[in-house]
Amino acid sequence: MDTPTLDARGLSCPQPAFLAKQKLAELKSGTLQVLLDSATSRDNVTRIARNAGWTIVEEQDAGTFRLVLTK
Amino acid sequence: MSTLSKFFTSRWGPIITGVIIGVLAPVLVKLGNPGNMGICVACFTRDIAGALGLQRAATVQYIRPEIIGLVLGALVAAFLFREFKPRAGSAPLVRFVLGIFAMIGALVFLGCPWRAWLRLSAGDWNAIAGIVGLIAGIGLGIVFLQMGFSLGRSRPASPAMGWVMPVVMIGLFALLVLAPMFGRDANGAPIGPIFFSTTGPGSQHAPLFIALAVGLAIGFLAQRSRFCTIGGVRDLILMRDTYLFFGIVALVVAAFVTNLALGQFNPGFEKQAIAHTDAIWNFGGMVLAGLAFTLAGGCPGRQLILSGEGDGDAAVFWLGMLVGAGFAHNFNLASSAAGPSPYGPAAVIVGLVVCVAIGLTMRERIAQAVFGTASGE
Repeated sequence: MDTPTLDARGLSCPQPAFLAKQKLAELKSGTLQVLLDSATSRDNVTRIARNAGWTIVEEQDAGTFRLVLTK
Repeated sequence: MSTLSKFFTSRWGPIITGVIIGVLAPVLVKLGNPGNMGICVACFTRDIAGALGLQRAATVQYIRPEIIGLVLGALVAAFLFREFKPRAGSAPLVRFVLGIFAMIGALVFLGCPWRAWLRLSAGDWNAIAGIVGLIAGIGLGIVFLQMGFSLGRSRPASPAMGWVMPVVMIGLFALLVLAPMFGRDANGAPIGPIFFSTTGPGSQHAPLFIALAVGLAIGFLAQRSRFCTIGGVRDLILMRDTYLFFGIVALVVAAFVTNLALGQFNPGFEKQAIAHTDAIWNFGGMVLAGLAFTLAGGCPGRQLILSGEGDGDAAVFWLGMLVGAGFAHNFNLASSAAGPSPYGPAAVIVGLVVCVAIGLTMRERIAQAVFGTASGE
């Protein structure tokens, strides 16, 4: 099964959070994987997703934050 | 450390940062900074441009320690919390141009977004037109963001790149302390290389080490909390996210109370410190600045904080502001207390044309490439 992925690494504010919000609204439910490379974007996407009722699992590997958002 | 980190990235982080800026900025005015200019990233960058001889308006030349402190405070915070990440490559030339026009717009109004809110909190009602313009500029930037505007991705860079801006700041501090002078001309005027105003706003400053300490403290806090006066309005409109917005509210309330307590609250339009009463170009200047800051991703304070974290693109934006200050004064674009200069309004219109062109043309390519699918679990 393919997991929709938003690779927002290297993008500056507000793009990571804004793109994630758009994608979450489009999906409505399911799973979205978001790749980020800054703590600020990680915090912003986490906050946006949590406020929209998504659960978040975070992993960090070699400078990349991988958020798996599920609803 | 983890608890502290969570606190500053909680809802309270921007609020505490806003309160600290709101209290310390009027205190810096009390200690010697120009009126309603406890901290102004645009004005202070302009003063640095003057001190370096990039513009020769004799009343606005000083190396402001607050700017140095903001970058170095952010650097310390980024190191302590392992967020120092040298990176660059996201349309640096476009960011440089945006920095130039952001500065021109800010100097037509006479202040950055921080100072716009500080002026309001001190009773300078001319700031209202500027703030309305700022919000309009941010709104225009949001339209471009919704159309897919992007300056593209940055990439990780070598550690040396991340150190450039902090080292530049250390160099500026050395020039501030040493104030080298190569001689005087036939009239006895200094020939540089460093110029410090003897009259006007550039000659008004709080004690050096207090100003530096305030800059360091705010730089540290703003790095942790992500405080941003453009982001506060932008995220509220774009995503209904109030996280940064309450930082602005906290700044205004704290500065209002502090100004009242210090006897610095003077409500009215006339005779405000380093301000003019032309509402149209207070508005117009900040439309340009708001648009340019939004396209670049954050207010000038935030750009300095990012540059302290190793963001080379944010540093280029600030260098654009520094050069923009040179243009603003050498081309007679900056306003004065008497009002807009004869050429400032035309420069704002040129800036708006350039920024709209940037907003319209730099889009889609990245947005289309962002989404994809990956093999999931």
